[in-house]
Amino acid sequence: MAMIELKKLVKSYGRTDIIHGIDLEIKDGEFVVFVGPSGCGKSTTLRMIAGLEEVSGGEICIGGTLVNDMDPKERNIAMVFQNYAIYPHMSVRQNIAFGLYTAKMSRQDKDKRVSEAAETLGLTQYLDRRPAALSGGQRQRVAIGRAMVRSPSAFLFDEPLSNLDAQLRAQMRIEIKALHQRLGTTIVYVTHDQVEAMTMADRIVVMNGGHILQAGAPMDLYENPVDVFTARFIGSPSMNIVQGREGADGITSDPGGNLKLGIRPQDLLVNQPVPDPVLTLSGPVTVVEPLGHETLVHFQAAGQTVIGTAPGGQAPAVGSQVTAALPRGRLYTFDATSEKSLGRK
Amino acid sequence: MTSPPKAPTPPFASLPFARVRPGKIITWTLLFIGGVMMVTPLLFMFSTSLKTSGQIYDLRLIPADPTIQNYVTVLADGRFLKWFMNSMLIATVVTLSNLFFDSLVGYTLAKFEFRGRKLIFIAILSTLMIPTEMLVIPWYLMSANLGWLDSYWGIMFPGMMTAFGTFLMKQFFEGVPNDFLEAARIDGLNEFEIWWKIAMPLVTPALSALAIFTFLGNWTAFFWPLIVTTSPELYTLPIGLTSFAVEQSIQWEMIMTGAALATIPTLVIFLALQRYIVRGVMLAGLKG
Ligand SMILES: Nc1ncnc2c1ncn2[C@@H]1O[C@H](COP(=O)(O)OP(=O)(O)OP(=O)(O)O)[C@@H](O)[C@H]1O
Ligand SMILES: [Mg+2]
Repeated sequence: MAMIELKKLVKSYGRTDIIHGIDLEIKDGEFVVFVGPSGCGKSTTLRMIAGLEEVSGGEICIGGTLVNDMDPKERNIAMVFQNYAIYPHMSVRQNIAFGLYTAKMSRQDKDKRVSEAAETLGLTQYLDRRPAALSGGQRQRVAIGRAMVRSPSAFLFDEPLSNLDAQLRAQMRIEIKALHQRLGTTIVYVTHDQVEAMTMADRIVVMNGGHILQAGAPMDLYENPVDVFTARFIGSPSMNIVQGREGADGITSDPGGNLKLGIRPQDLLVNQPVPDPVLTLSGPVTVVEPLGHETLVHFQAAGQTVIGTAPGGQAPAVGSQVTAALPRGRLYTFDATSEKSLGRK
Repeated sequence: MTSPPKAPTPPFASLPFARVRPGKIITWTLLFIGGVMMVTPLLFMFSTSLKTSGQIYDLRLIPADPTIQNYVTVLADGRFLKWFMNSMLIATVVTLSNLFFDSLVGYTLAKFEFRGRKLIFIAILSTLMIPTEMLVIPWYLMSANLGWLDSYWGIMFPGMMTAFGTFLMKQFFEGVPNDFLEAARIDGLNEFEIWWKIAMPLVTPALSALAIFTFLGNWTAFFWPLIVTTSPELYTLPIGLTSFAVEQSIQWEMIMTGAALATIPTLVIFLALQRYIVRGVMLAGLKG
């Protein structure tokens, strides 16, 4: 177990900088999730921590030791890949045992470790199978098993669940989280799925274009995003952004205004009484998405499509006029040009 | 809404041949002709090996009076066994050498970034365009200078590594996903172990194909072994069989017996390795 520090970390390919000097301190035992759009440098950062990619500038320390020039094997980290990358020509048992390749321990001890890991992951009955005879979820578990047996100082996951179907993903999410709670090992986890980030992380690191935009606890990011990008990235469906203005009569939507107003669809209540709303929007309904416990209502307002929420059984008809209101305290405001947060109203 | 009119059932549709399309018939016919053309010489070889010298111009496929006397004669003659073992030794060593070195170089060219990589690859590839006939003289002069003439090493050295094998292995290694190699790097294998324990098993189809080609090529090699050897103890089987032919009169039945025996190892190699030439083994370790 160890803390991981990134100091002014830079990665460039030729003359192009991909990572622009990021600073981050990951505490011992912390579960940190990197999120960001495709190509923002999440994998590159993770691979530099793993030692698979050379560092172009700055420092990486694991457990207080500078590891910039160390081989992956000297860093005692374990990594789980998006494609699982379990060796197809070996049985499940051999695959898991490969995690102990360099471990100096007796045959029996290794066997014991492998059996324990298999037990934990529910793989005991598949130990003698080849990967080809396993389902996607089982293969991913083998990959986790190979990472687990070693008791590494940190686990690195690069989008480990993105090849699984929605149901299995939800299940594996819980399993990985449970694993973290049991082992208490530092985890750095990369995903572009914000639901994974919200549900699993102790701390989320939002990246864009090779920069860290914000790092914080999931609810903190949800409630206090520093800018429009983070605000839209965290939360599903994405926050509505409407151009607006603050005047004597309060905040109103205005295409020429100097504010960007952020409205979470969950906060924007359609056809429901809201005492003293901070903002109301109305317009014709274009799309209705019933989710069961609530209904997402897409309607035209302020010259764009806005998403609001209606209670489960009350879907308004497409084409009908609706009025949606936002309770006070639930309006996120941003500067229209810099897109930086100006706090909630 | 009206349902679209059903196509009328063609006559004789229930008969099995009615469903065979003309394209198929042509394909089968061509394949059949090709098959017959390839198998006939083999059958004649085998048939001749069972005939006595008096019967060899009797072109019946099934000998009137089959005998295994030729086999007894050939196998009892120590020279045949010696040549057989020579060929076996040379083909085996050269094949193993190619499997090792071609894939080592192919892997390096496929998976490592280094200055001059493209140039080296092009240089290797360009040697494919030089015909053996042109190389024989330099080989011979080199062997003469180094004292390799009339030795096993002299026969083997030109083929210990081939551009074709390197090229083949490089192409296959390029298909090995880097994730496997990186996973192994994290598991703590060194680069040589990654190649040997992870990458090599993933290209068994290519290795099998290369083994078959190389073994067959060396087993049947004639031109260079003929030039480089002078003592009969060092002859390979093809050279030995030819020397049979010219000893007194041409003894066709003996040549055919020797040739029939010579096909056995190639058959064994092929049957043993062909099942590894199955594609798709590699993908099983990746996503679902
Ligand atoms: N070998 C390379 N040479 C040049 N540029 C590269 C190389 N590898 C990656 N990049 C660039 O680095 C950037 C970051 O890539 P990275 O794989 O880290 O993105 P990511 O955040 O993991 O995206 P995704 O969510 O799609 O996996 C990308 O813009 C990519 O084009
Ligand atoms: Mg990535």
